[in-house]
Amino acid sequence: MIELTDVHKAFGNNHVLRGVNLTVESGTSMVIIGGSGTGKSVALKSILGLVTPDSGKITLDGKDVTTGDRDAFLARFGMLFQGGALFDSLPVWQNVAFRLLRGSLARPREEAREVAIEKLRRVGLKPDVADKFPAELSGGMQKRVGLARAIAAEPEIIFFDEPTTGLDPIMAGVINDLIREIVVEMGATAMTITHDMTSVRAIADNIAMLHDGVIKWTGPVADMDNSGDPYLDQFIHGRAEGPIEAVR
Amino acid sequence: MTVAMSFLAAIGRYVLGTLAAIGRIGLFAARTISHLARPPFYWREFGHALVQIGWLSLPVVGMTAVFTGGALALQIYAGGARFNAETVVPSIVAIGLTRELGPVLGGLMVAARVASSIAAEIGTMKVTEQIDALTTLSTNPMKYLTLPRVLAATLAVPLLVAVGDSLGIMGGFLVGVGRLDFGAATYLHNTIDFLEQWDVISGMIKGAAFGFIVALMGCYYGMNSSRGAQGVGSATKAAVVAASVLILASNYLLTELFFSA
Repeated sequence: MIELTDVHKAFGNNHVLRGVNLTVESGTSMVIIGGSGTGKSVALKSILGLVTPDSGKITLDGKDVTTGDRDAFLARFGMLFQGGALFDSLPVWQNVAFRLLRGSLARPREEAREVAIEKLRRVGLKPDVADKFPAELSGGMQKRVGLARAIAAEPEIIFFDEPTTGLDPIMAGVINDLIREIVVEMGATAMTITHDMTSVRAIADNIAMLHDGVIKWTGPVADMDNSGDPYLDQFIHGRAEGPIEAVR
Repeated sequence: MTVAMSFLAAIGRYVLGTLAAIGRIGLFAARTISHLARPPFYWREFGHALVQIGWLSLPVVGMTAVFTGGALALQIYAGGARFNAETVVPSIVAIGLTRELGPVLGGLMVAARVASSIAAEIGTMKVTEQIDALTTLSTNPMKYLTLPRVLAATLAVPLLVAVGDSLGIMGGFLVGVGRLDFGAATYLHNTIDFLEQWDVISGMIKGAAFGFIVALMGCYYGMNSSRGAQGVGSATKAAVVAASVLILASNYLLTELFFSA
């Protein structure tokens, strides 16, 4: 279980997180929604230690994430970045098998390559993609390679940062289905941040609405349409009028 | 009074900013060196950096040295002629190249080629979240990106300087024999007789220091690159400027250290 308690983070005068409280139960898929610049990515990166919160507490299974063996902690996570964040200098298979080629999870090169090709197949890519470089792939393919890399070491917890941004609706649907399948199949805990309401409905067990640096509403996706929360209502229906200012 | 105070405040801010930057770079250097003693070490990245920084810089450093050696021979000959001291050309070319021009010009050429490329590469990785991705894949970016490059440059640049020294002396030899009517044997004899081992070694030590500076600046500014193409461009420019200035400043300090009476 991941738990954020009163997490604050500011960049200069910009107070991005102003006391975030959020619980993500193990084996469930939590989607965080909210406008651009509301701190969704910062919240996710705070859990991973990529951003250090100014105050508050983040725990994983009851243990403070800032204490203990960092490698062992990170080995439990996989992450799909918004732009893929594939390493340009490495061929696709080495990107996917990056974790399997070095560190505590290292295994022989041939074996790592086989795992990479299997994971590529899992996300719908053919083996001939393995030896290409990321720059030779389309945006959708890069996203799928990023997804393959995120699941390559079969992590317990997977983070998805805007998984469908920049993709056409069909490719977005493919990615949503893949994420749902992978989460169910692996029994992983998932946290996704997105603006895409189709993704929310396809991926989420629970959702949390982040606005003004705090969680305005959280609950099961089934309750989303009848939440009675004006912020959530405005966001999911895409209305210009409401408590969320259209111009930020 | 207000104008004077504002002026002083601006100077104060600049000085404080500069000192803070020096402190940050010092800490970055210390963190980089500290990773030498802590495994893992990424040999593949180190080998790749050796090729990129050392082998692929050879043409530009070599050509710089050849032309510098030739020009130096012409200048020393013209200057020496005023004192009837034309015979010093071979020895001054050799000493000037090995002690000063070889390491400094080699260092500056490597700074232009390598600091910019490292800063652009790491800066792009930063803005495309590849550095964050490395961290989430349990790989320390300092160990994976910075240490191999800094170590490779520290080891490769002295060798580049040595090769550059040889080529520079060859440039001087070609001009001396071809244009200034020196006998080939006399030119070589004078070069070898007056050149001391310390001239070459001191230049190579300078080369190691310059290599360290070049890669460190490239990595530091790349890692601290801000968002977007403009951020990467600024990081690249800052890396080359900082590396060049630090090379010239540290060259003076090392020369004081090695050769002051």
